[in-house]
Amino acid sequence: MFPIVKKRVLNPTVTLMEVEAPLVARKALPGQFIIFRIDEEGERIPLTIAGYDRVKGTVTIIFQKVGYTTEKLDTLNEGDALLDFVGPLGEPSHTEGVKRAAVIGGGLGVAIAYPQAKALHEAGCKVDLIVGFRNEDLIILKDELTAACTELTVMTDDGSNGNKGFVTQALQQKLEAGEKYDEVIAIGPLPMMKAVCDLTKPYGTKTIVSMNPIMIDGTGMCGGCRVTVGGVTKFACVDGPDFDGHEIDWDEAIARSRMFRPEEAQAKEKLKHVCRREQMADAAMKGGN
Amino acid sequence: MPNMSLTKNPMPEQEPSIRAANFKEVALGYTTEIAKTEADRCLNCKHAPCVKGCPVNVPIPSFIKKIKEGDFQAAYEIIRTQNGLPAICGRVCPQETQCESKCVRGIKGEPVGIGRLERFAADWAMNEGKISAETAPKTGKRAAVVGSGPAGLTCAADLARAGWDVTVYEALHTAGGVLMYGIPEFRLPNTLVQKEIDNIRALGVKIVTNAVVGRAMTIDELLNDDKFDAVFVGSGAGLPNFQKIPGESLCGVYSANEFLTRINLMKAYTFPQADTPIKVGSRVAVVGGGNVAMDAARCAKRLGADVYIVYRRSEAEMPARAEEVHHAKEEGINFLMLNNPVAIKGDENGFVSAMTCVKMELGEPDAKGRRRPVAIKGSEYDLPVETVIVAIGNSPNPLIKKTTPDLPTETWGGITTDDMGRCGKLHVYAGGDAVTGAATVILAMGAGKKAAAAILEDHP
Repeated sequence: MFPIVKKRVLNPTVTLMEVEAPLVARKALPGQFIIFRIDEEGERIPLTIAGYDRVKGTVTIIFQKVGYTTEKLDTLNEGDALLDFVGPLGEPSHTEGVKRAAVIGGGLGVAIAYPQAKALHEAGCKVDLIVGFRNEDLIILKDELTAACTELTVMTDDGSNGNKGFVTQALQQKLEAGEKYDEVIAIGPLPMMKAVCDLTKPYGTKTIVSMNPIMIDGTGMCGGCRVTVGGVTKFACVDGPDFDGHEIDWDEAIARSRMFRPEEAQAKEKLKHVCRREQMADAAMKGGN
Repeated sequence: MPNMSLTKNPMPEQEPSIRAANFKEVALGYTTEIAKTEADRCLNCKHAPCVKGCPVNVPIPSFIKKIKEGDFQAAYEIIRTQNGLPAICGRVCPQETQCESKCVRGIKGEPVGIGRLERFAADWAMNEGKISAETAPKTGKRAAVVGSGPAGLTCAADLARAGWDVTVYEALHTAGGVLMYGIPEFRLPNTLVQKEIDNIRALGVKIVTNAVVGRAMTIDELLNDDKFDAVFVGSGAGLPNFQKIPGESLCGVYSANEFLTRINLMKAYTFPQADTPIKVGSRVAVVGGGNVAMDAARCAKRLGADVYIVYRRSEAEMPARAEEVHHAKEEGINFLMLNNPVAIKGDENGFVSAMTCVKMELGEPDAKGRRRPVAIKGSEYDLPVETVIVAIGNSPNPLIKKTTPDLPTETWGGITTDDMGRCGKLHVYAGGDAVTGAATVILAMGAGKKAAAAILEDHP
């Protein structure tokens, strides 16, 4: 079992957990991911490693409540434990020799962009970190982000933080102003990463994206995580998860990410039943009349 | 007087129409009475040709003699001297090309049902007998085993019996490898595999799950930091092969590995009870002609689909066991022989709508003597399907090779070993699919056994 030693609610849909997993913590590097399973009936779900403490033997994950399993994960608290937690999986990000970078994070992707920006920044790279949220209330990790880059730009879709627009608009301004990046790193929802790639392509700026496709084992056995890169089938779990964004077949990746949408909705129904049952049990205990 | 019947006692089975709708075991096993009658067919030949056909040298006539005598515990113990996983082998070994192919009774009539008798003895011992966990005195020597599939478990069991301290590292959350994630419940129930693994644990073998060698630790770290005296690599087959035809990444195209793992390991056939889903269309094409293709097809059938096996050669060349093909046919699976997929077509949402196939004919024999299939020009047609399962083998997993630069490998990626599983790197041994490419459970077990012998010989 893998105990949850810390839980922090970052915003209403995003939660941070620190999990005791010494085997993972001692080898984890930015860009790699883990796979967890909550219980015996549970799915194997990949999550990017958001941080690690080799001395304490803990790994930090940050997740958004988007589906059945992440909703269920969010019901766990400090002192609870995960049944399975395996990693580090995937290839670490290659950041050697990058002197000037823009790291772009959208929504939950910010949590994953953060360790990458931090690693680059600590290696002496000048980092522009551009992150986007739907509104000001959803902004996460503000202090950590500020410390992990040379310049932080926070965008909101509705302008509630006084900076309205998408991350692509902020990046576009910088590119148009003549910024020359050795590398742009984009992490977030598929349409956002695609938009960043479309933007940087005419500038010929190398753009790396972190893919998070559906996978089962995560060690190079099931082949569910295949991504077409430059016309060749790659496996995100052993070849990635980082790929050259200009080479990715985005339409295919987006379609594949939606493959189990109806089943996901069906599973969420199950969660409602569980919640209702628990509420009824609670009510019965409290009521007593 | 031996039983001179020319035919084997038939295996009691679930009716095809019933079993095609459930995941329960197809073959029900011999009763005590049938087992004794079948054992009576064995002539107890002095030269025991059957043993020469067994990759792990089970003393076949001796255990069958004990079944004849009604001493089932003794029969089991005789098997167990050579075979750590008898209940599994009795179910999934291709006996017809191994022990039973050498049986004298097979010259005129059918050979003795050796596999069925092995299964009987193993099942009897598990349910009613005693399973010994005796080992030699501790030697103080320690081995790490990478992977808990048939090769790794066999090697671990043999070393533990010889008094070694053994730790098995398994990447998945459950031990058993392909026995758990690959072979379906209706051929090899997971509870039974679990019992065999528990028997191996009882020998003192430690199994660490969720441990990916090549990521969380390397072979060199196991040798140098953790001070293991020897490491056995039984990491199995790796990345699934695809045909490299258009449309293979459409939604609804699975590798057989993914399809079977969802069903067997993650229990997706019980979704939404289990959290992992599986999506199976009303018409399913399975590409390939091996046992894995048969397993995938029969799983899809049980999930309610009309299933087509699409194979580019003829039935004579199919690598699947005859018994599996027979069972699949009984269950109503359609076989499209001499058909080869050339493209997969999708709908506007990126889901599979059809597979374009071309008809084939057999041409000149290839290097292996199998007649090479040749496409018939202009014979393309669309097979309407919503799901395609690709079962055309695997390529070795790159993780260990990548993180162990001085481990010699073949050009196709398999680990290079001598006949006994010794690698070109000191104290490192390997066996099973990681060495041979996709093969059978029993060959992997044979390799695990040989490597254990080599480890014992090299570390006196």
